Amino acid sequence: MLTKRIIACLDVDGGRVVKGVQFLNLRDAGDPAELAFAHSQAGADEIVLLDISATAEKRKTLLDTVRRTARELFIPFTVGGGVRTLDDASAVFDAGADKVSINSAALSDPGVITCIAERFGSQAVIVAIDAKRSNGDGYEAYARGGRTPSGRDAVAWAREAESRGAGEILLTSMDRDGTGKGFDCQLTCAISDVVRIPVIASGGAGSAKHFVEVFQEGHADAALAASILHYGVTELAKLKQELAAAGIPVRWPC
Amino acid sequence: MTIAVVDYGAGNLTSVKKALDWLGQDSIVTSDAAQVAQAEKVIVPGVGHFAATKTLNHNGLKGAIETAISGGIPFLGICLGMQWMFASSAEAPDVAGLGVFPGECVHFPADVKSPHVGWNQLQLVGKSRLLRDLPGESFVYFTHSYRVPLVQDTVAACVYGGTFSAVVERDHLFGVQFHPEKSGPIGVKLLQNFCELKC
Repeated sequence: MLTKRIIACLDVDGGRVVKGVQFLNLRDAGDPAELAFAHSQAGADEIVLLDISATAEKRKTLLDTVRRTARELFIPFTVGGGVRTLDDASAVFDAGADKVSINSAALSDPGVITCIAERFGSQAVIVAIDAKRSNGDGYEAYARGGRTPSGRDAVAWAREAESRGAGEILLTSMDRDGTGKGFDCQLTCAISDVVRIPVIASGGAGSAKHFVEVFQEGHADAALAASILHYGVTELAKLKQELAAAGIPVRWPC
Repeated sequence: MTIAVVDYGAGNLTSVKKALDWLGQDSIVTSDAAQVAQAEKVIVPGVGHFAATKTLNHNGLKGAIETAISGGIPFLGICLGMQWMFASSAEAPDVAGLGVFPGECVHFPADVKSPHVGWNQLQLVGKSRLLRDLPGESFVYFTHSYRVPLVQDTVAACVYGGTFSAVVERDHLFGVQFHPEKSGPIGVKLLQNFCELKC
């Protein structure tokens, strides 16, 4: 049976792993290559490295970080953050990534999704959507690390991304990110049920129970785990055991 | 002893090469038919559209591969490379495959999400040199929208919207639908088995 994936996410700034709470208050949580390897040994199904460096100066270290991280990693490896063009994507693939995750660049030029998918295949293109509950109904997609509202409805944008060649959707609830209050299952379900590509839920994980909920109620195909993993890799093994006990198909033991 | 990893412009070959390097296996990524013909083993990886395999038919690579195969050289097709070993694909009906296994690749049925992305289990159904010493229900990483049927040479199957071939094997010809270079220690072991095959 196809298993539900637990994806370890490393937010990287200037070559070091950090994690923000609601996109603020970064704190250092270690070396990306070391953490990626440790998570893969502990049972992570994939690794996502998101470069959140704000300056071009710090960004330069990204390809080095990717190369170093990819060297001994034999599970799928996604890189996102600052990937704007086909050339950016090519450089990241050359450095050893299997997939790129694009967000702001896709919102401002959706054609870039198709452009990368045609060259590297849809399986290599993840469109990341940062969604925030609107005042009225529904959710709005945000660009630039959650700073700029795009004016696009998140559900409609997910469908468009799929039609333009995205292979997966990485869906982050901005309202829940870093809170530990659980995933936004309503948001995840609203998107997972209308696209035919896998949806990776992100934002809000605080306990194993939250993962069970997002798979059962949110219909997620995969879920991202960041801060709950950084301070002990044994957490991942525990998480997978609890998912298995709850009847969620997972790769365990692996 | 050199393994030729055939580059025909279908996606990203870094990860296959990286896994071979990690195993200490001498290999070259090449699109040169002469180099393929001289290699001691050949791997055709690749992801993406079946039409991409047209490149193999048009620049002498197919002929070099056929020559290598008829000389008994171990050959491994990965993902799109495995699909190309079959006769054809519904994804690009006018492009002929290598045809060393019978049948056509077809799309997953409409009642399951597609592509099939993630870790799924192998069901061993026959004796295999490629899967030597691998546990019975190993998890491996798949990412594909088309799949090949079960055939006489299927040695491992997988279930997703029905049962399909995950591994085919006949003599020195091997095809895997999943990505061994992305399947953790299980996948690395499979590649090691391929590297250690005697011609």
